[in-house]
Formats: sequence, structure tokens, C-alpha cells
Amino acid sequence: MSTEQPATAAIGDARPRIEGRLKVTGAARYAADEPAPDLAHGWVITATVARGRISAVDASAALGMPGVLGVLDHRNAPRLDPRAGNYFGPDGSLLLLQDDVVPYAGRPVVLVVAETPEQARAAAGAVVVTYEPYPHDVDFRLDHPAARPASTAFGPEADTGDIEAELAASAVVVDERYRTPEENCSAMEPHAATAWWQDGHLHAVDSNQGPFSVSQVLATLFGVDRDHVHIRAEHVGGGFGAKGPCGPQVILASMASRSFGRPVRVVLTREQVFLATALRPPTDQWLRIGADADGRLRAVHHRPAFALSPLAEYIEWCTEQARTLYAAPAIRTELTAVPLDILPPSPMRGPGATPGSFALESAMDEVAERLGLDPLDLRLRNQPAVGPVSGLPFSSRRSVACLREGARRFGWAGRDHRPRTRREGRLLIGTGLAATCFSAGVFPSTASITAEADGTFTVAVGATDIGTGARTALTAVAADTLGVGTERIRIRIADSDLGMAWGAGGSRGTTSWSFAITQAAAKLRERLGDPARPVTATVDTTALIDYQPATERHTFSAVFAEVSVDPATGEVRVRRMLGMFAVGRVINPLLARSQVVGGMIMGLSMALHEEGVRDPATGRQVNPDFAGYHIAAHADVPDIEAEFVPDYEPQDPLGLNGLGEIGTAGTAAAIANAVWHATGVRQRTLPIRLDRVLEAEGAEVRGAVGVA
Amino acid sequence: MTDDFSSEITLEVNDVTHRLRVDNRRTLLDALREDVGHTGPKKGCDHGQCGACTVLADGRRVVSCLTLAVAAEGARVTTVEGLSGEGGLRPIQEAFVRLDGFQCGFCTPGQLCSAVGALAEHAAGWPSAATADVSPDGPTTELDAAEVRERMSGNLCRCGAYPSIVRAVLETAARAAVTG
Repeated sequence: MSTEQPATAAIGDARPRIEGRLKVTGAARYAADEPAPDLAHGWVITATVARGRISAVDASAALGMPGVLGVLDHRNAPRLDPRAGNYFGPDGSLLLLQDDVVPYAGRPVVLVVAETPEQARAAAGAVVVTYEPYPHDVDFRLDHPAARPASTAFGPEADTGDIEAELAASAVVVDERYRTPEENCSAMEPHAATAWWQDGHLHAVDSNQGPFSVSQVLATLFGVDRDHVHIRAEHVGGGFGAKGPCGPQVILASMASRSFGRPVRVVLTREQVFLATALRPPTDQWLRIGADADGRLRAVHHRPAFALSPLAEYIEWCTEQARTLYAAPAIRTELTAVPLDILPPSPMRGPGATPGSFALESAMDEVAERLGLDPLDLRLRNQPAVGPVSGLPFSSRRSVACLREGARRFGWAGRDHRPRTRREGRLLIGTGLAATCFSAGVFPSTASITAEADGTFTVAVGATDIGTGARTALTAVAADTLGVGTERIRIRIADSDLGMAWGAGGSRGTTSWSFAITQAAAKLRERLGDPARPVTATVDTTALIDYQPATERHTFSAVFAEVSVDPATGEVRVRRMLGMFAVGRVINPLLARSQVVGGMIMGLSMALHEEGVRDPATGRQVNPDFAGYHIAAHADVPDIEAEFVPDYEPQDPLGLNGLGEIGTAGTAAAIANAVWHATGVRQRTLPIRLDRVLEAEGAEVRGAVGVA
Repeated sequence: MTDDFSSEITLEVNDVTHRLRVDNRRTLLDALREDVGHTGPKKGCDHGQCGACTVLADGRRVVSCLTLAVAAEGARVTTVEGLSGEGGLRPIQEAFVRLDGFQCGFCTPGQLCSAVGALAEHAAGWPSAATADVSPDGPTTELDAAEVRERMSGNLCRCGAYPSIVRAVLETAARAAVTG
């Protein structure tokens, strides 16, 4: 670890993105933009039944249509190795076109390949797929008969103290259910890949969050050496989790290229992005919190359920906050998985924490309400000295700083904590807050730095920039750790050939890549005395990482929101929002602020707009486009304030922690709490739709005039 | 020259004339991307719901994914590639970079074309749903954040760069007002 002061100070400087000019002139090439000679186009057909088998695929008409090269289905597609998996183990969602089984509606079942996209699409319309439907089950709920304990791959459940005794001894007990719907990452770039085979090597330009891990999966699927798979993802049009896994687009394009001996591009339609890539599972969360009259928590019992698919293990880790944020003599978590016939879930921005903190921070607000306490005070009174369940010290815990500084900036003092007391004309006005945390850490990566003859340094790391500003941030990290100006750094990322690297995800991308860069820089500096150029130092951090650190490591935030509610229309509008964040040292305040503001906007969108609706009769999502699945637009979003409290993560050589998820995690609860403050009615189910507000207003008015 | 499947059309894109034979089903977006080679305009939804494909046709904003190429015959099309000239970036492009009006950059070509179109619409006195007085002889209102948000709402950004985009558009409008 380098403790010497860097000669330059790129870290901490607000600098625009390195690739900014490319992005405002249309010159940045994304996966569907890459030119390829002799390119053929694939069009995906997805299953229309939620469970069943394919009884027939009639491609005869399609095969005679202009430009059609062929039709792939489970009878003629290349075989894939079922040992391929993801972070959690084997993953059946990767095994496309391998058998006649339909495990969910939206599963890719046929690929039509033609000379042009129009020809492929027209031919896909002429393919007749016949299904034998089986009964399906998409009836998600906590008390589903198939509910089972979730995987404990992220650690054992919390079970400290005597929950029932503490609840019995509490002055107030909040005992409520909170629900969040299916959500979709909805990156603006639909998943796209252009793939080709050459001399036994697979090449692809793909939209993903981790080219190296995608290359590993493809190598297993196709039975080739990992270093015979070359994946690039130079510019990626957003990910938010959905491009973490090896996606159907690159699997299908690779299969088709192998079958037809040409480069093949597969671009998913927006509908297919909804139906066939990734979703945040719905949650149904039971929370019981008991507290003394003075606001000391006695018990926190969090029992969240989430949906998953039998095809792949998954954890929506909703319980991190219940075991981390507040001290209580008794804390129990019981994470529950409900297997259903749905698209396999995968992490979406702030996985687990985002739905989990909606429930916990809503419930905390209810505790404050029932005690007549300031919700800010309630949180301040229950701060733990050490991990409430683990007993381990926190490496850096700036939760109180976020709450206090946020409250000061937002103007929280003087708030009348009674609901439905502020009006402007017919509008009801309310404010709310939420605190949260998100786990932080570091994963293995490789970095190479070459000192070139011309005095520049080429820094190569298998990072991806999905909009995070990784290129810009890592350039600053490299400059400071080498002690040179950023103009002497040439950064290369987004290529599986650059070596093993963690992907952009889990709030651990920048931390993991930066750690590798600092180590490579230290090694290179030892060799710079030798005048020979170029000279390269490469470091793999796998052996350098302590996976069982004796501390609790998290990022923290506090989010404050002010809403107006129109009781006549049910419309909720966020009028202002402020987030205070403790994320370790900030590399680039301009880009970091953009990222947390963007995260808060995704949280706003979750609170008010987003809802994947699944039809119980067909098992299909009924709103797989932006007309049906609403995401926040310009007019939904006020100016948003975000600031960072001074923070430094002692476990990291540069003091870094993580940034990607924390912005989203706390926002929905802050808004829901503000809606309660405005209206006096709790919204425990997201999104806070017009009809839910109107229904609550009706009950409120009926209650006020004494009508049953 | 036409047949059952394709037509020969003329497109004027960023001041260059292109004579193209296109599949009659080809959208303007696909013609720009696949035939002209301008991949700046993006296909985010292909349904006119996200705005990533926004280009200017005869100076007005259109979603090029809902415009058939054959229907754009003769139109003067400006894509994001055509916004900057020999002199470098336009002020709106420069403001996007400096104020960080994007993250992943995928919606940016559409946001930029839309911003140029929206500023022109406002300057020409077109009202929006955020305009208080929409009567034909109503006063020209000053462009404020609410107006920009309303006028730009056809361009989705999932990274959530909206506040920076609004700042960039307002700043550009203010500069244009000063410089005339």
C-alpha cells in the first residue's frame, strides 16, 4: 500500500468524461453499431406460453422467403455445455435452443437469420411455433406453498436475541407487509451482439458489464478455451445489472455464426429486453419492529420473500439493512425464495437493498409515527457501535453524518411531524427521509501497465464503462498512483483479452479495478529505474484480497424528499430531493454526483412509476414496453441535490468504497414516507399509483366524516 | 426505379445527398444507420417511445424509427453527426460534455437533436403543455426548467442525466439569447 503523497491530484478533481466528445458527436460505437463485413442478421422468436413444451416448429414458409439463410431451433442449433453458470452456480437460462421445454413466457425458442433485419423479421413472422401448454404458476406471495429459505451464499441469516420476548415487551410494534413489483433495468441500449468465428476462435462485440466473465461463460457453453473467446464492449448503453449475465443476444449470435459461417448480429427488441433478459424479482416483505416508548428499538424481524426461477439460483438480498443499520437486542432475518414460472431474476441496481430498504425504512417511519417522534431522531437514537448482528466494528460508518448534514441542507428542522398539515392550494405537501447502506468490497482483477518509450503509460484493465465514467476515473487513479499527469495515461478497457477482471457491478467495479491498478503501478515503479522501454507490470489481485475482513464494510446514505399530492387526481410529484452519501473517497465529484443523482432518479421512478405487470392467466408480462412500463421522464424529475460527506475507506489503498447502488437504494422509502406525511396514509405497495392514492384519499375522507 | 420490395430514394443527410435503394419496410432510422453509415441515431425501442432515434427533418424533430425511409424522400435530415461542423462542437454539445449531461451516452444523440429542435420551437413561439398562456396571440414565455422538462419529455434517459441535461439546455438558450 502506497502512503506517499501523489505528485498530481487527479483524484478528487471534477473532470468531464474522456469519451464525452465521442458521445456527443455520435462517434461512440455501441454493440449494434460495429461494422462487420458480410454481416447477417438474426431475429429472435420468444415463447408465448409460461410453461410447456414446443410440439412443432414449422419454418417451411420462412425458409423460402427472400434473404433467409436459415432457422435455428432446438432441433438444429449447436449444442451447449450445461455446466455453464453464473455467480450462483449452474444457470439453465443460458441453455437456449437446447430442448423443447418452455420454462417461462419470453424464453427465446427460435432464431431466424437473414441478409437484412427486415428479411429476418418478416421471416420470423412466418414461422409457426406450436406449444403444448402445461399449467403454470406465477402467483407470487410470501405464503406461497413452494416458498423455501433462500440460499445463504451471502452469509447466514441473522438470529440474535429473543424476537418474540422483545416484541412482547415493546411499547409499540409495527407489524406490516410491504410489496414491490417486478422491475426491469431498462437500459436505453437494447442488448445487442455481433459475433463471428475465425480459426476456432469466437469473437463478439457485445453489450455487457463484464467482457471477461462473459467470455468465460461462452467458452464453457461452446466448449472452447477461454482465451479463444474474445469479447469487446467498448461503449455500453447502460446496464444497471441487466447486462451482467452472459445475455441471450451473444449466445444466439455465436450459435448462428457457427451454423452459417458468417458474422451474425442479434439485437433484441425492447419487448424482448423485458421478456428475455433480466428482472428485479417482486418482493413481499413482512416486517415487525418493536420499540420502547423513548424510541429504542427492541426487535427487528424482517422476513422478505422474492420470486425466482427453478432454472437458476438467485438471491435478492433484502436483509442487509435490517442487520446493519440499527442496533436492537433481537434481530432476525428470514429471506424466502418462491420458485415460479418466470424469467430468472438477476441483480438490478441496488439488488436486495432497494426493495429491502423500502420496507425497512417505511417501517421505521411507522415506528416514529406511532411514537410521535421525529423520524430523524428515531434513526439517530438507534445507531449501533458495532455490527448489530456480527459484532464486528465498522471500517467506516458515516451514517449519522449523512443524516445530520442532509437534514441541515434540506431544512428538516422545524418540520411538523404530524401528517396532512401542509397545504398549498388543493395540494397536500409532505416531506420524508430514509437512511440506508449498501455492502462494499473488492473482487479480483488484473491490471497491466506499460511504460512506453514516449513517456506515456498504457493502462489495461478488463473494466467496462456502462456510463459510470470508469475510463475517466481509472485514468485519474492510474495518474495519481504513477505520479504523472492524466495526459500521459492511455487507458484500455472493455476487452476480455485484457485479462481476468470483475465486471461493472455490485458497487465493486471501480474499487476492484483501481486496486489492481495501484498494485500494478507499485510493481512498475520498482522497474522504472531500468531505462529499457517498453516495460510492463501485470498484477492479479486474487491472492491479495482478504475475503474475511474483521470489519463491517458498507456505503451509507440519507435521502430527503418533498412531494406534493393532488387529492383530486392522485398525482404525486417529487418537488425536491436531496441525497447525502458516504461512499469512501470520491475520485471524480462531477461523475460521482451524476451517478448518485441518476440512482436517485431510478429510485423515484421505482417509487412512482415502475411496475412489471404479469397476467396470472397467461403468465406473460403484459406491459413490456415504455408505453406500458413507465420510467421517469424529464417532466417527472426536479432538480436533485446530491453531496458527499468526507469519507475514507481504510481497507482500500486509495480510500475508495463504492458508488453504483447506494443512490437507488434509499429513495423509494423517502418518497413513500413523504407521501404519508402529505396524506396521512401509508403506501406499502409500490409503485404509488394514482389509483392507490385516490383509494387512500377516499378512505381518508370517509374516515374524516365518519362514513363507513 | 421501384419493384415490389424496394425503392430508390434520395436522402439529404447532413448536407450530403445520398441516392439509395431501400427495402420499402426500412425505417429512416435503419436507412441512416445501415445504408448511410450514421450510427449516431440509436434504436432504443423502435416504437417511438424513447426518443433515442430523434433526428431533425427539415429542422423539425422526428422519431426516425417511426418514419419510413421512403417517406423521408427529399427531406433535409440532420443527425447528431451533423450538429457539429468544421468549427467544432456546437454550444449544446459542449454544454453536455462540461455539465455531464449524459452517462452511458446512448440516448445522447436523441437528446441533442431534440434539444436543438426544442430550442427552435420555443424561439418560434410554439407553446408547450407547460406554457401558461397557449392562446395564439399569447406572450412568448421565457424558457425555464419546467418548459425544458416538458419539451424534452419524449427523450428518456435511464441513467438519470435529466437535471444536467436541463441545465445544459437552459444555459445554451441563455447564451443564444445573449449572442442573438
